[in-house]
Amino acid sequence: MWLIRACASIQARHMGMADMKSPAPAPSTLQRMRDSDIWYSFKQSPITIAAAVVTVTFFLCALLAPWLAPHDPFDLVSMDIMDSFLAPAWSIDGDPRFLLGTDDQGRDVLSAIMHGSRVSLFIGFASVLLALLLGVGLGLWSGFVGGRLDAFIMRVAEIQLSFPTILIALLVNGVLRGALQIEQQVHLAYVVLILSIGISGWVQYARTVRGSTMVERNKEYVQAARVIGIHPWLIMLRHILPNVTGPVLVIATIHLAVAIISEATLSFLGVGVPPTEPSLGTLIRIGNDFLFSGEWWITIFPGAALAILVLAVNLLGDWLRDALNPKLR
Amino acid sequence: MVAFIIRRLLQSLIVMFVVALVAFTLFQFVGDPINQLVGVETGLKEREELRQRLGLNDPWIVQFWRFALNAVQGDFGISYQHKRPVTDLIVNRMPATLELSLISALFSLFVGVPMGVYTGLNRNGFLSKIFMTVSLVGISLPTFLIGILLIFVFSVQLGVLPSFGRGEAVLVGSWSTGLLTSSGIKALILPAITLGLFQLTLIMRLVRSEMLEVLRTDYIKFARARGLSNSAVHFGHALKNTLVPVITITGLQLGSIIAFAIITETVFQWPGMGLMFLQAIQNVDIPIMAAYLILIAFFFVVINLIVDILYYVVDPRLRIDPSAAHGHG
Repeated sequence: MWLIRACASIQARHMGMADMKSPAPAPSTLQRMRDSDIWYSFKQSPITIAAAVVTVTFFLCALLAPWLAPHDPFDLVSMDIMDSFLAPAWSIDGDPRFLLGTDDQGRDVLSAIMHGSRVSLFIGFASVLLALLLGVGLGLWSGFVGGRLDAFIMRVAEIQLSFPTILIALLVNGVLRGALQIEQQVHLAYVVLILSIGISGWVQYARTVRGSTMVERNKEYVQAARVIGIHPWLIMLRHILPNVTGPVLVIATIHLAVAIISEATLSFLGVGVPPTEPSLGTLIRIGNDFLFSGEWWITIFPGAALAILVLAVNLLGDWLRDALNPKLR
Repeated sequence: MVAFIIRRLLQSLIVMFVVALVAFTLFQFVGDPINQLVGVETGLKEREELRQRLGLNDPWIVQFWRFALNAVQGDFGISYQHKRPVTDLIVNRMPATLELSLISALFSLFVGVPMGVYTGLNRNGFLSKIFMTVSLVGISLPTFLIGILLIFVFSVQLGVLPSFGRGEAVLVGSWSTGLLTSSGIKALILPAITLGLFQLTLIMRLVRSEMLEVLRTDYIKFARARGLSNSAVHFGHALKNTLVPVITITGLQLGSIIAFAIITETVFQWPGMGLMFLQAIQNVDIPIMAAYLILIAFFFVVINLIVDILYYVVDPRLRIDPSAAHGHG
């Protein structure tokens, strides 16, 4: 984050200097990235490179699922009930058309996983974004204003923190679904999920941002901004916000893994994405019914996909936390 | 000391009050309770009479007071689905959940601590690296997936352990226990491992880092200089000093275990409170949701309170600045 910002400011300065015919050219963005500490520490860690490759592959597969997937799991016409319960292609009664086998309706498991990770990643990103906006906003406000408001927001955060996230998510989920009609529940399943996971995750952001805001608040540049009469909202957004967002990126990466797990858990518990447009969690839930009759691939492959995705994102988050921590250099 | 306990008690009361308020607002949010109680053919006049009789026309503060008074006396109304008093349902289900939670906590403690000590002492050992990698995978795997994998291996493939239910339970007084029959113990193994695995990795990592920390201190060097044997230094001096935070964390985690039991109970169809809560969420059965929420909050508050007081008793440094005592959320 700071890297991009630094580059942008350098570029802006560079262009300004070009007008003044400055002789020393600043290094290009690409050059700066190649020389940065982060890129160096990335290159030094093979596990991180592997995790990045896996994550990027998942993102691409999810993004391009409608074009990459060998079959369309939502197209009822192309599905054939005669193709149901086919084992993976390499086993004796497998079918080369379906690499990872098919489920009870003759859906290709590989295609379902690709479309499923699309749903999982979308909900994961959206809930992280919601939690981030909520948490950074409240943390900034709380730290800048202080006093009663700060005490109130932080008490709420503390109470919420003393309960497990998944319990809060389940509760928000239950309330939202209760407030909706049955047919709305299916249409708004994504919104309900994003709200429940997002609301259950804001505390981490808020506490971190509040802490750094309280430090920044008393620095000279903020006092200077106050003295020249800039509106407090503008000071918060334009001056303090850019200086407190450093750790947010790390929290967001780790939170993405948590959000994907939460989504899968809620869907597995049957209060998440409906089976018509399954996420990874829904796929595992559907497949779980066939585990005993020997059709293990319907549940184990989506489960493995989920585990690998979460592990990769977690590893990236761990690396990012260490790489951005100046004490560990 | 007395002032500290009184302040913590007051804080706990406020938390309980807030949770009760949230639980109460659930009722306001979600539909008309009259619709849940009467049939379609009930006339408007009768509905209005029932409404008046149940006190639903009173101002909300009066209704909340009534709700809180009933809750304190253990009366949470009648379940919409089961048409039975919620308190009876919960009392019936509680032993199953508490037994499962307790056994998993013990499992994670008695396996996690030795693993932590081992990895702390042999930092670069081959086995330590395996333990650490496995623990990272354990953190990345969602609970329900671990449960499914265990069922797949031990119930489907090997067929040695049951995959659902609680086995045969016997009544000891009014407490139904599964610990006295062999089928009950067999049924307990897989759910207890599933539930305890996350806590196990947490405890193992905690003990490891605490051991590494303690082994560097002066009194350990002094103990070695006195010529004490390795085992006396490791277990008599080092381990003893790591156990205070471990006991605290285990205590605090006990609440999370009870809450996470929702997922494990669903995977294994374990007849406990969590499974009932989940069914209540799926069917928007507000009385059960509210009661479960208040009960869990009560568990959390009591455990937090005990841990805080224990901390205060154990660690003399906290007596100087009591406000630091509740900073570990």
